[in-house]
Amino acid sequence: MFKNKALIRLALLGSMVAWLILLFSDVTVLFSSMQGLQPDVPEWMPRLMLMAFVICLFYYYKLRVERDDSLNFTDLLWKVFATGLITTVISLVLRLLVFLLGRTALATNVIFSDFIYQINLALLVNFLLAALISWKRLILYQKSKWLLRTWLAFDAILFFILIYDTIGISVSDTLRILINLILGIMLITLSANMRWVAYLNFRQKWTSLLLLLLMFFYLAYFFYSVESGAETITKESTGFLDFRNHLFIILLALFISLYGIFSFLVILFNLPTSSVFEQKLEEVVNFQRISQSIQTEQDEESVYNILLESSVSSVFADAAWLEITAVNNDQKIYTYKISEQEAKNIREHLEKNNIRGVLDTGSEKTKNLSKHLALLKGSRFRSILAFPIIVKEETIGTLALLKELPDGFNKEMTRIVSTFANQAGISIENFRLMEEAFQNARYKEELKIAKTVQQSLLPAKLEQDPDFEVAAFSASADEVGGDYYDTLRIDNSKVALIIADVSGKGTTAAFHMSQMKGIFHSLAQEHLDPKEFMHRANNALTFCLERNSFISASFFVIDTEQKKIRYSRAGHCPVLFLQAGEKKSFYLKDKGAALGMVRNHNYRNHIETNEIPYQAGDIMVLYTDGITEAKNEKGEEFGNDRLAQALNEVASLSAKEIEDHLTKKLYDFTGTKNINDDYTSMTVRFKI
Amino acid sequence: MVQIKRLQEAGADIIAVIGEIDASSSIELDLAIAKSVGEGFKKILVDCTALEYISSAGLGVFMSYIEELRDKNIPMVLFGLKEKVINTFDILGLATLLHICPTKSEAMKLANELSV
Repeated sequence: MFKNKALIRLALLGSMVAWLILLFSDVTVLFSSMQGLQPDVPEWMPRLMLMAFVICLFYYYKLRVERDDSLNFTDLLWKVFATGLITTVISLVLRLLVFLLGRTALATNVIFSDFIYQINLALLVNFLLAALISWKRLILYQKSKWLLRTWLAFDAILFFILIYDTIGISVSDTLRILINLILGIMLITLSANMRWVAYLNFRQKWTSLLLLLLMFFYLAYFFYSVESGAETITKESTGFLDFRNHLFIILLALFISLYGIFSFLVILFNLPTSSVFEQKLEEVVNFQRISQSIQTEQDEESVYNILLESSVSSVFADAAWLEITAVNNDQKIYTYKISEQEAKNIREHLEKNNIRGVLDTGSEKTKNLSKHLALLKGSRFRSILAFPIIVKEETIGTLALLKELPDGFNKEMTRIVSTFANQAGISIENFRLMEEAFQNARYKEELKIAKTVQQSLLPAKLEQDPDFEVAAFSASADEVGGDYYDTLRIDNSKVALIIADVSGKGTTAAFHMSQMKGIFHSLAQEHLDPKEFMHRANNALTFCLERNSFISASFFVIDTEQKKIRYSRAGHCPVLFLQAGEKKSFYLKDKGAALGMVRNHNYRNHIETNEIPYQAGDIMVLYTDGITEAKNEKGEEFGNDRLAQALNEVASLSAKEIEDHLTKKLYDFTGTKNINDDYTSMTVRFKI
Repeated sequence: MVQIKRLQEAGADIIAVIGEIDASSSIELDLAIAKSVGEGFKKILVDCTALEYISSAGLGVFMSYIEELRDKNIPMVLFGLKEKVINTFDILGLATLLHICPTKSEAMKLANELSV
């Protein structure tokens, strides 16, 4: 940045020094030639200094204008205009000075005329170079490789012409014509690059026209000034730097004027169509707004509003409405310059006339329903265009645009608005996907909590008795299940046991599990017969469980006094019982429907109490279906037989050891510790 | 994964359940039965010939319709259940609450008797 500034100053300083030498040497040369003397400075000095001046000034403008990215097109024109204004004002002040001097000796002095002429020439060069740099920016707007090369060639040619002017190489006529031809083609090609004009809005176009017009005046004025100055001096002597012999300045002036005229005409002819271009630009911006609304944390509502606004402004609709079915099936209507009642009337009219169009959400096609509107009395609208808003291949709403003119919509408009509608659909879809992702994250968080709850519902300690020992094992998959087991001492000789499996998973399962725990702890103390226990539990759950949820459970009361077990099975997996004396194990498959299956007093008929005596060494294994339904790699289930087999292998061990063995067998069978269901088992081993 | 097909025969809606019904696919079963009821069929047959497995969630779906269908007097008969599947129904005590037949013709016959 600092370097750049220093360079700008250096260039400016260089140009000033060059110009001063130019002025001094030219005056000296002119004076000497008039006096017939040998000048103190070489005759080529002024030309060389002009070249130095041109180059320094060129870099000065180049550095100032080219690096500044903030300039827009009118700013560029304004810069050229401002340069022109300043130079013209200076020139006019000089003219005024000359005028005030009148016909004094000084005013008619050739040396003085040359002085004035040199200043004017410097100002002209100044203006031309400023314009050249700005024109370059304009021409190279949205440049192609080819265009850039042409410009570089043009730059090079300009430079060579400048050198040619300075040293005055003699060139053959054919070459001169050839160079002129090439230059001519080049000038026209370059001047044809007018892309920037299209990006001006209506106001900018007028400003540009005005600025260009004023520039032409400056150019004309300067030419007149230097021309007349040169003319005056020529009368006296030809020994000065005559710009008319300086091809570079002529060429530059020609180029500046040519491109100025081209621009002027193009802008002028573009004026009527500028509104169309602005319209297109606005459409693009609107489109962007719709597609970006998702990133800016806006909500669905704002997408609908943007859609409505953009569509209305793109097709100049007089009114519009947007009807949307939200995720929760709520109907929402957004209107623009139309009352909801009016919109409803039009809808009803179309429905009444049995017009199956977009307005009923069954259709997915954009429809121009104007011809049907003509029949509606009392409506100010004569054209209607309707679009479906589609999210995930489902029409969620309708956008209707209205005009008071008949045949107010054309194909172009239909296309634009349908693009808007599509984009809005995509945005809405994205919103909903994001919402789903949030929900998922929340669901996972809930699961974590549910799992903690579930774990805390299981007993930390199981009831033990001189008559028997109890051990249990429980593991749950990532998803929370609803396996529950518990023990409760009823009195000195009775202990209640329960195992239950709540259908479903997740938080609801954990919730029902806690209900089951409450029921068990309150009802088990009541000395109830197992059947009665189940009946009351069913009653209690009838109003708590969802329509399609149920709980399978087995309830046991071990009576150590009578050495027997009274139990009831409510849809739960049959208990595995091993009789030590008989050395055989079997499943207690008794009648019983799960809790919640029958939600009235009829349940009594679907449940029963059973009784089985026990002896020392007998083993009872309570389990949930996660264990018997556990699958191995081949897709085979662990099954009842393998479970019974596993129990037989360790019939003489303690309850804890049996549990360990069963778990080991199970994991060996599935071949993985990653379970996809809940495993729960509780083993009771009778000692006396 | 489950695939559910519906076809109508002799005034009955036959819902064929193919594959496995777990917690997530039970929703599809629920939807199919709800549609059948909603469309006003007076007899519903569920073809379980190709049903490989049913989880408690799937059983919950059948359970949830028992009362509604009884109130509306629409018999729902399941047929062609594999032994393993019927065992699941049995353990839960659901077999006594639902109408289950071995074959389609028997199921149709039962449905006709029940709907009278």
